[in-house]
Amino acid sequence: MPSDFIAVGGVDFDAIVAPPGVSFADWRDYLALLKPRVMSLVVFSAACALFTAPGHIHPFIGFVAILCVAVGAGAAGALNQWYEADIDAVMKRTANRPVPAGRVAAHEALAFGVALAVGSVVVMGLGVNWLAASILAGSILFYTIIYTVWLKRRTPQNIVIGGLAGAFPPLIGWTSVTGNVSVLPLLMVAIIFLWTPPHFWSLALFMEADYAKAGVPMLPVVAGEAATRRQILLYTLVLVPVTLLPWAFGLTGAVYGAIAAVAGALFIVRAVAVFRNTATVATAMGPERALFRYSLYYLFVIFAALVADHLLLA
Amino acid sequence: MKVDWTPAQTAEFRRRRRSRNVALGLLLGALVLLFFGITVVRMIK
Repeated sequence: MPSDFIAVGGVDFDAIVAPPGVSFADWRDYLALLKPRVMSLVVFSAACALFTAPGHIHPFIGFVAILCVAVGAGAAGALNQWYEADIDAVMKRTANRPVPAGRVAAHEALAFGVALAVGSVVVMGLGVNWLAASILAGSILFYTIIYTVWLKRRTPQNIVIGGLAGAFPPLIGWTSVTGNVSVLPLLMVAIIFLWTPPHFWSLALFMEADYAKAGVPMLPVVAGEAATRRQILLYTLVLVPVTLLPWAFGLTGAVYGAIAAVAGALFIVRAVAVFRNTATVATAMGPERALFRYSLYYLFVIFAALVADHLLLA
Repeated sequence: MKVDWTPAQTAEFRRRRRSRNVALGLLLGALVLLFFGITVVRMIK
Protein backbone atom coordinates (compact mmCIF):
# COMPACT_ATOMS: atom_id res chain seq x y z
CA MET A 1 0.00 0.00 0.00
CA PRO A 2 1.28 3.49 -0.76
CA SER A 3 2.21 5.97 1.92
CA ASP A 4 -0.75 8.26 1.17
CA PHE A 5 -2.90 5.94 3.25
CA ILE A 6 -0.97 7.10 6.26
CA ALA A 7 -1.24 10.74 5.18
CA VAL A 8 -4.94 10.66 4.36
CA GLY A 9 -6.34 8.62 7.18
CA GLY A 10 -3.64 8.91 9.80
CA VAL A 11 -3.53 5.12 9.82
CA ASP A 12 -0.86 2.76 8.52
CA PHE A 13 -2.70 0.52 6.09
CA ASP A 14 0.57 -1.22 5.21
CA ALA A 15 0.03 -3.32 8.28
CA ILE A 16 -3.43 -4.50 7.26
CA VAL A 17 -4.09 -7.92 5.80
CA ALA A 18 -7.25 -7.41 3.78
CA PRO A 19 -9.80 -10.20 3.82
CA PRO A 20 -11.15 -11.06 0.36
CA GLY A 21 -13.96 -8.75 -0.70
CA VAL A 22 -13.09 -6.00 1.77
CA SER A 23 -12.49 -2.63 0.14
CA PHE A 24 -10.46 0.20 1.62
CA ALA A 25 -11.53 2.58 -1.12
CA ASP A 26 -12.85 6.03 -0.33
CA TRP A 27 -15.48 7.57 -2.62
CA ARG A 28 -12.72 9.81 -3.98
CA ASP A 29 -10.98 6.74 -5.36
CA TYR A 30 -14.00 5.95 -7.52
CA LEU A 31 -14.07 9.56 -8.64
CA ALA A 32 -10.38 9.29 -9.55
CA LEU A 33 -11.19 6.25 -11.72
CA LEU A 34 -13.27 8.57 -13.91
CA LYS A 35 -10.22 10.76 -14.76
CA PRO A 36 -12.08 14.01 -13.93
CA ARG A 37 -9.51 16.28 -15.61
CA VAL A 38 -9.82 14.48 -18.95
CA MET A 39 -13.58 14.45 -18.47
CA SER A 40 -13.68 18.25 -18.14
CA LEU A 41 -12.29 18.75 -21.65
CA VAL A 42 -14.64 16.13 -23.08
CA VAL A 43 -17.65 17.73 -21.39
CA PHE A 44 -16.61 21.20 -22.49
CA SER A 45 -16.26 20.25 -26.17
CA ALA A 46 -19.59 18.38 -26.14
CA ALA A 47 -21.34 21.30 -24.42
CA CYS A 48 -19.92 23.80 -26.92
CA ALA A 49 -21.24 21.70 -29.82
CA LEU A 50 -24.61 21.40 -28.10
CA PHE A 51 -24.81 25.20 -27.70
CA THR A 52 -23.80 25.92 -31.31
CA ALA A 53 -26.06 23.31 -32.92
CA PRO A 54 -29.11 24.69 -34.72
CA GLY A 55 -32.49 23.78 -33.30
CA HIS A 56 -33.96 23.50 -29.84
CA ILE A 57 -33.34 21.08 -27.01
CA HIS A 58 -35.11 21.19 -23.64
CA PRO A 59 -32.56 22.44 -21.06
CA PHE A 60 -33.08 19.35 -18.88
CA ILE A 61 -32.56 17.01 -21.84
CA GLY A 62 -29.46 19.02 -22.75
CA PHE A 63 -28.23 18.52 -19.21
CA VAL A 64 -28.92 14.78 -19.48
CA ALA A 65 -26.96 14.63 -22.75
CA ILE A 66 -23.92 16.34 -21.21
CA LEU A 67 -24.19 14.17 -18.08
CA CYS A 68 -24.22 11.02 -20.23
CA VAL A 69 -21.14 12.23 -22.15
CA ALA A 70 -19.38 12.89 -18.83
CA VAL A 71 -20.33 9.50 -17.37
CA GLY A 72 -19.44 7.72 -20.63
CA ALA A 73 -16.02 9.41 -20.66
CA GLY A 74 -15.58 8.45 -17.01
CA ALA A 75 -16.48 4.85 -17.81
CA ALA A 76 -13.85 4.78 -20.54
CA GLY A 77 -11.34 6.17 -18.02
CA ALA A 78 -12.22 3.49 -15.46
CA LEU A 79 -11.91 0.70 -18.05
CA ASN A 80 -8.58 2.19 -19.17
CA GLN A 81 -7.29 2.17 -15.58
CA TRP A 82 -8.50 -1.41 -15.12
CA TYR A 83 -6.57 -2.63 -18.18
CA GLU A 84 -3.48 -0.50 -17.70
CA ALA A 85 -2.88 -1.09 -14.00
CA ASP A 86 0.41 -2.85 -14.75
CA ILE A 87 1.72 0.10 -16.80
CA ASP A 88 0.38 2.66 -14.32
CA ALA A 89 2.19 0.92 -11.46
CA VAL A 90 5.53 1.44 -13.19
CA MET A 91 5.06 5.09 -14.15
CA LYS A 92 5.69 7.79 -11.53
CA ARG A 93 2.83 9.96 -12.85
CA THR A 94 0.23 7.19 -12.48
CA ALA A 95 1.55 4.88 -9.74
CA ASN A 96 -0.80 6.32 -7.13
CA ARG A 97 -3.98 5.72 -9.14
CA PRO A 98 -6.54 3.66 -7.21
CA VAL A 99 -5.96 0.31 -8.96
CA PRO A 100 -2.14 0.15 -9.05
CA ALA A 101 -2.06 1.58 -5.50
CA GLY A 102 -4.31 -1.27 -4.35
CA ARG A 103 -7.16 0.86 -3.00
CA VAL A 104 -9.61 -0.43 -5.63
CA ALA A 105 -9.47 -4.02 -6.84
CA ALA A 106 -9.10 -4.52 -10.60
CA HIS A 107 -12.41 -6.39 -10.89
CA GLU A 108 -14.18 -3.53 -9.05
CA ALA A 109 -12.77 -1.01 -11.55
CA LEU A 110 -13.93 -3.25 -14.42
CA ALA A 111 -17.45 -3.62 -13.00
CA PHE A 112 -17.63 0.11 -12.24
CA GLY A 113 -16.56 0.99 -15.78
CA VAL A 114 -18.93 -1.45 -17.49
CA ALA A 115 -21.89 -0.34 -15.34
CA LEU A 116 -21.28 3.33 -16.08
CA ALA A 117 -20.73 2.66 -19.80
CA VAL A 118 -23.97 0.70 -20.19
CA GLY A 119 -25.88 3.13 -17.97
CA SER A 120 -24.72 6.25 -19.84
CA VAL A 121 -25.55 4.78 -23.26
CA VAL A 122 -29.00 3.51 -22.20
CA VAL A 123 -29.97 6.80 -20.51
CA MET A 124 -28.69 8.75 -23.53
CA GLY A 125 -30.78 6.57 -25.85
CA LEU A 126 -33.95 6.69 -23.78
CA GLY A 127 -33.65 10.33 -22.72
CA VAL A 128 -32.02 12.07 -25.69
CA ASN A 129 -31.82 10.06 -28.93
CA TRP A 130 -30.34 6.79 -30.15
CA LEU A 131 -27.98 8.38 -32.71
CA ALA A 132 -26.20 10.27 -29.92
CA ALA A 133 -26.27 7.09 -27.80
CA SER A 134 -24.74 5.05 -30.65
CA ILE A 135 -21.89 7.54 -31.11
CA LEU A 136 -21.32 7.56 -27.34
CA ALA A 137 -21.19 3.74 -27.30
CA GLY A 138 -18.82 3.79 -30.28
CA SER A 139 -16.48 6.27 -28.61
CA ILE A 140 -16.35 4.25 -25.36
CA LEU A 141 -15.66 1.02 -27.28
CA PHE A 142 -13.10 2.77 -29.50
CA TYR A 143 -11.19 4.17 -26.52
CA THR A 144 -11.31 0.92 -24.58
CA ILE A 145 -10.77 -1.71 -27.26
CA ILE A 146 -9.02 0.03 -30.17
CA TYR A 147 -6.83 2.41 -28.13
CA THR A 148 -6.31 0.84 -24.69
CA VAL A 149 -6.27 -2.86 -25.51
CA TRP A 150 -5.05 -2.92 -29.11
CA LEU A 151 -2.96 0.11 -30.04
CA LYS A 152 -1.36 1.58 -26.93
CA ARG A 153 1.21 -1.17 -26.35
CA ARG A 154 1.80 -1.95 -30.02
CA THR A 155 2.43 1.18 -32.09
CA PRO A 156 3.78 4.72 -31.74
CA GLN A 157 0.70 5.81 -33.70
CA ASN A 158 -1.41 4.82 -30.66
CA ILE A 159 -2.48 8.34 -29.72
CA VAL A 160 -3.02 9.39 -33.35
CA ILE A 161 -5.65 6.74 -34.07
CA GLY A 162 -6.80 6.53 -30.45
CA GLY A 163 -7.29 10.28 -30.47
CA LEU A 164 -10.40 9.75 -32.54
CA ALA A 165 -12.19 8.49 -29.41
CA GLY A 166 -11.55 11.78 -27.66
CA ALA A 167 -12.70 13.67 -30.74
CA PHE A 168 -16.24 12.24 -30.76
CA PRO A 169 -17.83 14.33 -27.94
CA PRO A 170 -18.68 17.38 -30.12
CA LEU A 171 -20.48 15.04 -32.50
CA ILE A 172 -22.46 13.62 -29.57
CA GLY A 173 -23.36 17.10 -28.33
CA TRP A 174 -24.44 18.20 -31.80
CA THR A 175 -26.52 15.11 -32.61
CA SER A 176 -28.21 15.39 -29.20
CA VAL A 177 -29.85 18.56 -30.54
CA THR A 178 -30.21 17.93 -34.26
CA GLY A 179 -30.47 14.16 -34.57
CA ASN A 180 -28.16 14.28 -37.60
CA VAL A 181 -24.53 14.89 -38.57
CA SER A 182 -23.36 17.92 -40.56
CA VAL A 183 -20.13 19.69 -41.57
CA LEU A 184 -19.44 21.86 -38.51
CA PRO A 185 -19.42 19.04 -35.91
CA LEU A 186 -17.23 16.98 -38.25
CA LEU A 187 -14.78 19.90 -38.38
CA MET A 188 -14.86 20.01 -34.57
CA VAL A 189 -13.97 16.30 -34.56
CA ALA A 190 -11.13 16.99 -37.01
CA ILE A 191 -9.81 19.80 -34.79
CA ILE A 192 -9.59 17.58 -31.69
CA PHE A 193 -8.21 14.68 -33.77
CA LEU A 194 -5.36 16.85 -35.14
CA TRP A 195 -4.78 18.57 -31.79
CA THR A 196 -4.21 15.28 -29.96
CA PRO A 197 -0.74 14.35 -31.38
CA PRO A 198 1.01 17.68 -30.61
CA HIS A 199 -0.63 17.69 -27.17
CA PHE A 200 0.35 14.16 -26.15
CA TRP A 201 3.72 14.02 -27.90
CA SER A 202 4.87 17.18 -26.12
CA LEU A 203 3.96 15.42 -22.85
CA ALA A 204 5.63 12.21 -24.04
CA LEU A 205 8.86 14.11 -24.74
CA PHE A 206 9.39 15.24 -21.17
CA MET A 207 7.90 12.01 -19.73
CA GLU A 208 9.87 9.79 -22.11
CA ALA A 209 11.78 7.97 -19.38
CA ASP A 210 8.53 6.95 -17.69
CA TYR A 211 7.04 5.62 -20.92
CA ALA A 212 10.26 3.75 -21.77
CA LYS A 213 10.32 2.15 -18.31
CA ALA A 214 6.71 1.00 -18.75
CA GLY A 215 7.41 -0.34 -22.26
CA VAL A 216 4.85 1.92 -23.93
CA PRO A 217 5.97 2.61 -27.52
CA MET A 218 5.32 6.34 -27.54
CA LEU A 219 6.90 8.15 -30.48
CA PRO A 220 9.87 9.67 -28.56
CA VAL A 221 10.73 6.21 -27.21
CA VAL A 222 10.55 4.52 -30.61
CA ALA A 223 11.60 7.22 -33.10
CA GLY A 224 13.57 9.63 -30.89
CA GLU A 225 13.15 13.25 -29.87
CA ALA A 226 14.01 14.87 -33.22
CA ALA A 227 11.44 12.83 -35.18
CA THR A 228 8.80 13.54 -32.52
CA ARG A 229 9.49 17.29 -32.62
CA ARG A 230 9.19 17.23 -36.42
CA GLN A 231 5.86 15.39 -36.20
CA ILE A 232 4.57 17.87 -33.61
CA LEU A 233 5.35 20.76 -35.95
CA LEU A 234 3.79 18.99 -38.97
CA TYR A 235 0.54 18.19 -37.13
CA THR A 236 0.40 21.78 -35.83
CA LEU A 237 0.81 23.14 -39.36
CA VAL A 238 -2.15 21.00 -40.47
CA LEU A 239 -4.21 21.69 -37.33
CA VAL A 240 -4.19 25.49 -37.52
CA PRO A 241 -5.60 25.76 -41.09
CA VAL A 242 -8.28 23.20 -40.21
CA THR A 243 -9.38 25.36 -37.24
CA LEU A 244 -9.95 28.17 -39.77
CA LEU A 245 -12.19 26.05 -42.03
CA PRO A 246 -15.44 26.75 -40.09
CA TRP A 247 -14.90 30.44 -40.80
CA ALA A 248 -13.70 29.84 -44.39
CA PHE A 249 -16.82 27.75 -45.13
CA GLY A 250 -19.06 30.49 -43.72
CA LEU A 251 -20.23 28.31 -40.85
CA THR A 252 -19.03 30.84 -38.26
CA GLY A 253 -18.43 34.58 -38.18
CA ALA A 254 -15.27 36.67 -38.18
CA VAL A 255 -15.02 36.65 -34.37
CA TYR A 256 -14.28 32.93 -34.39
CA GLY A 257 -11.96 33.31 -37.39
CA ALA A 258 -9.91 36.04 -35.70
CA ILE A 259 -9.60 34.16 -32.39
CA ALA A 260 -8.68 30.90 -34.14
CA ALA A 261 -6.07 32.70 -36.26
CA VAL A 262 -4.38 34.39 -33.27
CA ALA A 263 -4.54 31.28 -31.06
CA GLY A 264 -3.25 29.18 -33.96
CA ALA A 265 -0.33 31.54 -34.62
CA LEU A 266 0.67 31.27 -30.95
CA PHE A 267 0.42 27.46 -31.21
CA ILE A 268 2.74 27.48 -34.23
CA VAL A 269 5.24 29.73 -32.41
CA ARG A 270 5.39 27.23 -29.54
CA ALA A 271 5.60 24.23 -31.90
CA VAL A 272 8.52 25.89 -33.72
CA ALA A 273 10.25 26.44 -30.35
CA VAL A 274 9.81 22.72 -29.64
CA PHE A 275 11.14 21.85 -33.12
CA ARG A 276 14.25 23.96 -32.56
CA ASN A 277 14.93 22.53 -29.11
CA THR A 278 17.57 19.82 -29.09
CA ALA A 279 17.39 18.85 -25.42
CA THR A 280 17.32 15.17 -24.54
CA VAL A 281 16.82 15.52 -20.78
CA ALA A 282 13.42 16.38 -19.32
CA THR A 283 14.73 19.25 -17.21
CA ALA A 284 15.79 21.14 -20.37
CA MET A 285 12.45 20.68 -22.11
CA GLY A 286 10.88 24.03 -21.27
CA PRO A 287 9.39 24.53 -24.76
CA GLU A 288 7.75 21.09 -24.61
CA ARG A 289 6.17 21.87 -21.23
CA ALA A 290 5.04 25.27 -22.52
CA LEU A 291 3.44 23.68 -25.61
CA PHE A 292 1.69 21.03 -23.51
CA ARG A 293 0.20 23.66 -21.17
CA TYR A 294 -0.72 25.98 -24.02
CA SER A 295 -2.40 23.18 -26.01
CA LEU A 296 -4.88 22.68 -23.15
CA TYR A 297 -5.82 26.36 -23.11
CA TYR A 298 -5.86 26.40 -26.91
CA LEU A 299 -8.62 23.82 -27.23
CA PHE A 300 -10.71 25.58 -24.60
CA VAL A 301 -10.26 28.89 -26.44
CA ILE A 302 -11.16 27.45 -29.86
CA PHE A 303 -14.38 25.85 -28.61
CA ALA A 304 -15.30 28.83 -26.44
CA ALA A 305 -14.80 31.02 -29.53
CA LEU A 306 -17.26 28.84 -31.46
CA VAL A 307 -19.91 29.44 -28.79
CA ALA A 308 -19.14 33.17 -28.47
CA ASP A 309 -19.36 33.58 -32.24
CA HIS A 310 -22.64 31.67 -32.35
CA LEU A 311 -24.12 33.85 -29.59
CA LEU A 312 -22.98 37.02 -31.34
CA LEU A 313 -24.45 35.91 -34.67
CA ALA A 314 -27.71 34.96 -32.96
CA MET B 1 -14.94 -12.54 9.27
CA LYS B 2 -12.10 -12.01 11.75
CA VAL B 3 -9.52 -9.38 10.90
CA ASP B 4 -6.45 -8.39 12.83
CA TRP B 5 -6.77 -4.59 12.81
CA THR B 6 -5.88 -1.99 15.39
CA PRO B 7 -8.76 0.22 16.63
CA ALA B 8 -7.42 3.12 14.53
CA GLN B 9 -7.34 0.99 11.38
CA THR B 10 -10.85 -0.26 12.05
CA ALA B 11 -12.09 3.31 12.55
CA GLU B 12 -10.47 4.42 9.29
CA PHE B 13 -11.94 1.44 7.45
CA ARG B 14 -15.42 2.29 8.79
CA ARG B 15 -15.02 5.95 7.80
CA ARG B 16 -14.16 5.00 4.24
CA ARG B 17 -16.96 2.44 4.03
CA ARG B 18 -19.42 5.06 5.30
CA SER B 19 -18.20 7.57 2.69
CA ARG B 20 -18.78 4.99 -0.06
CA ASN B 21 -22.25 4.18 1.24
CA VAL B 22 -23.25 7.85 1.46
CA ALA B 23 -21.94 8.47 -2.08
CA LEU B 24 -23.87 5.46 -3.40
CA GLY B 25 -27.05 6.62 -1.66
CA LEU B 26 -26.73 10.10 -3.14
CA LEU B 27 -26.08 8.57 -6.56
CA LEU B 28 -29.22 6.43 -6.38
CA GLY B 29 -31.27 9.45 -5.28
CA ALA B 30 -29.88 11.46 -8.20
CA LEU B 31 -30.81 8.64 -10.59
CA VAL B 32 -34.39 8.68 -9.32
CA LEU B 33 -34.57 12.45 -9.90
CA LEU B 34 -32.98 12.05 -13.33
CA PHE B 35 -35.52 9.47 -14.53
CA PHE B 36 -38.36 11.50 -13.00
CA GLY B 37 -37.14 14.61 -14.83
CA ILE B 38 -36.77 12.80 -18.18
CA THR B 39 -40.26 11.34 -17.80
CA VAL B 40 -41.82 14.73 -17.02
CA VAL B 41 -40.07 16.45 -19.96
CA ARG B 42 -41.07 13.64 -22.33
CA MET B 43 -44.70 13.83 -21.17
CA ILE B 44 -44.78 17.61 -21.67
CA LYS B 45 -43.41 17.21 -25.21
